[in-house]
Amino acid sequence: MTDFISNPDAKHKSGKATKIALRWFLLLLLLIFALYYLMPLFVMVTTSLKSLEEIRTGSLVALPREVTFDAWKTAWSGACTGIQCQGLQPYFWNSILIAVPAVFLSTLFGAMNGYIIAHWKFKGANLIFSMMLFGCFIPFQVVILPMARVLGMMGLAGSIQGLIFVHVIYGLGFTTLFFRNYYVSIPGELVKAAKVDGAGFFRIFWSIFLPLSLPIIVVTVIWQFTQIWNDFLFGVSFSQAGTQPITVALNNIVNSTTGVKEYNVDMAAAIIAALPTLFVYVVAGKYFIRGLTAGSVKG
Amino acid sequence: MSPILKVKNLVKNFGSTEVLKDINISIESGDFLVLVGPSGCGKSTLLNCIAGLEPISAGEVFIDGRNMTDVSPKDRDIAMVFQSYALYPTMSVAKNITFGMKVRGVDTETQKRKLAEVARQLQIEPELNRRPGQLSGGQRQRVAMGRALVRDPKLFLFDEPLSNLDAKLRVEMRTEIKRLHHDLGASMVYVTHDQIEAMTLATTIVVMKSGVIQQIGTPAEIYGRPQNLFVADFMGSPAMNLIKAKATKNGAGTKIEISRENSAPLILTDTQNTNLPENVILGLRPEDIAEASMRSGPQVQTATCLVDIVEPAGADTYVMSKLGGKEVTARLHAETGAQPGQLLEFAFDLGKVSYFEPETGQRLN
Ligand SMILES: Nc1ncnc2c1ncn2[C@@H]1O[C@H](COP(=O)(O)OP(=O)(O)OP(=O)(O)O)[C@@H](O)[C@H]1O
Ligand SMILES: [Mg+2]
Repeated sequence: MTDFISNPDAKHKSGKATKIALRWFLLLLLLIFALYYLMPLFVMVTTSLKSLEEIRTGSLVALPREVTFDAWKTAWSGACTGIQCQGLQPYFWNSILIAVPAVFLSTLFGAMNGYIIAHWKFKGANLIFSMMLFGCFIPFQVVILPMARVLGMMGLAGSIQGLIFVHVIYGLGFTTLFFRNYYVSIPGELVKAAKVDGAGFFRIFWSIFLPLSLPIIVVTVIWQFTQIWNDFLFGVSFSQAGTQPITVALNNIVNSTTGVKEYNVDMAAAIIAALPTLFVYVVAGKYFIRGLTAGSVKG
Repeated sequence: MSPILKVKNLVKNFGSTEVLKDINISIESGDFLVLVGPSGCGKSTLLNCIAGLEPISAGEVFIDGRNMTDVSPKDRDIAMVFQSYALYPTMSVAKNITFGMKVRGVDTETQKRKLAEVARQLQIEPELNRRPGQLSGGQRQRVAMGRALVRDPKLFLFDEPLSNLDAKLRVEMRTEIKRLHHDLGASMVYVTHDQIEAMTLATTIVVMKSGVIQQIGTPAEIYGRPQNLFVADFMGSPAMNLIKAKATKNGAGTKIEISRENSAPLILTDTQNTNLPENVILGLRPEDIAEASMRSGPQVQTATCLVDIVEPAGADTYVMSKLGGKEVTARLHAETGAQPGQLLEFAFDLGKVSYFEPETGQRLN
């Protein structure tokens, strides 16, 4: 009789134990993966803090014996990109000048497009949306030549404005998709109610849709900023000496050193180039996840 | 004076499907028009067409004599309460209510005054600073009403505004709406699924089916003289008894013969309706069939029937008996001693009878 009672209990206990073991195993696995992914970053950071002497003699994965920020200084303001030796600094500002307006404009237009496609259906709206979606998946190599022609005709070739234009155009597919998918979950009766209340197209967008859009704006801004900041292809194709973005400059630094390769400077430069996107993820990452999974709007 | 709302030969198509077919409605100022009909028959679509939120395929809409067919919703001088309330989720209750006035450039003094007025009327003063998401269903409902009421429009449009409320709140809000209508003298078009709502609120009821108006009339007309089998069956709960019968001329009146299983046919004599075809559907509301001892009158006929089922329902007891191949419901007093299997003498009030043509479903008398 006692057996009968205590048996299920024991079973329960052993089940719990397996569960805990399983969880630890899972955590361990995740930890290994995390370390694996963090390894390159670790090597980059440590290498950037070493002197060239130490890099040559020491091991790749060893911590720096003597921490020095010389490589960072050089990368920022002294490294040579071809004939100029001003470091990444001017190109960093170029990238900011390109990314900030391009992110802002592509997000704004994407929101507008999404709003129209989701709530102001017109003849051919679906066709236009499909074409925009198609635009998301065009390999950008295909458009380089025609785009160069267009920029030339517009007189924007080689300029910062030209790069902004290109990024806004090719960002629209994704930003429109994001906003459209978010806005279709907003009930159409809200628009109808606002129309009866006397509000027009822009008023409804401004007073009702934009205040609801924070999660999807965060998603879009992160996405666009990452895309534009990390872009190399457009940057290298459509810029000239003074207007190159940081990715192009980084490439030039790494490839144009003559003589001894300054690994520490290369690493520091790479980290500097990646910092802004890293920063954006750390600051807004949790909103990113939240925005991607945000459900319908409750009234 | 021109009618406050006139809908003329309105047609609405979604692509190739015809959702509203040749709708004609006209109501006077102060009328309370209730639209009823089964789900998907086009009630919301009609309301949207009146509001100008859906373009119409043919026909015209007049509001207070003005042709509004091509006028945008904001210039139609209407206010609408939506089925889902459609409150602006990021605005406080106060902002929700004043949004329309703000858009129209009403000065802030007037906005404040009207807001206070409506908030008091609807008893939502404590909620003014909350967001719609923090309100109960009934409170949201009242905010939606408030948004319409501050506008003081020519015409109110309500799309099943009480459908999301529990039974008790619904009764309260129904009374509230009735009072508002009475106090404001406003003209209203109101969609509902609820029979009782329709009967208690309406001055005019419009019954629709598949985009076609079946009958327009006062609640008493719709209830007492349904124009076809659909209306007879749709309005009233429990539904009107619709019984297959044979009519034959019999001297000055008509002999009505209703077949029964395992017993002689039930014979009634109608002295009022003389020109009936042979096959008819006879319609009698449950309350027009009673115990013989409880009902008398010139048109009352009695007959003995077998009681099948007894269903007490509080104030009344419903008793069913099989006539013409169908269970026929009679509404008796709660104190009735009727038992299943018992033979009971029923009184049929032929003064209230409806006859329908079985094929077309049209009313005959
Ligand atoms: N935008 C649309 N496109 C195509 N068909 C539609 C559209 N809106 C409504 N319909 C169709 O029109 C018909 C009437 O719809 P409506 O919403 O007016 O019904 P309803 O009477 O209000 O129903 P309920 O009582 O369920 O609210 C339905 O068959 C519906 O499928
Ligand atoms: Mg509806």
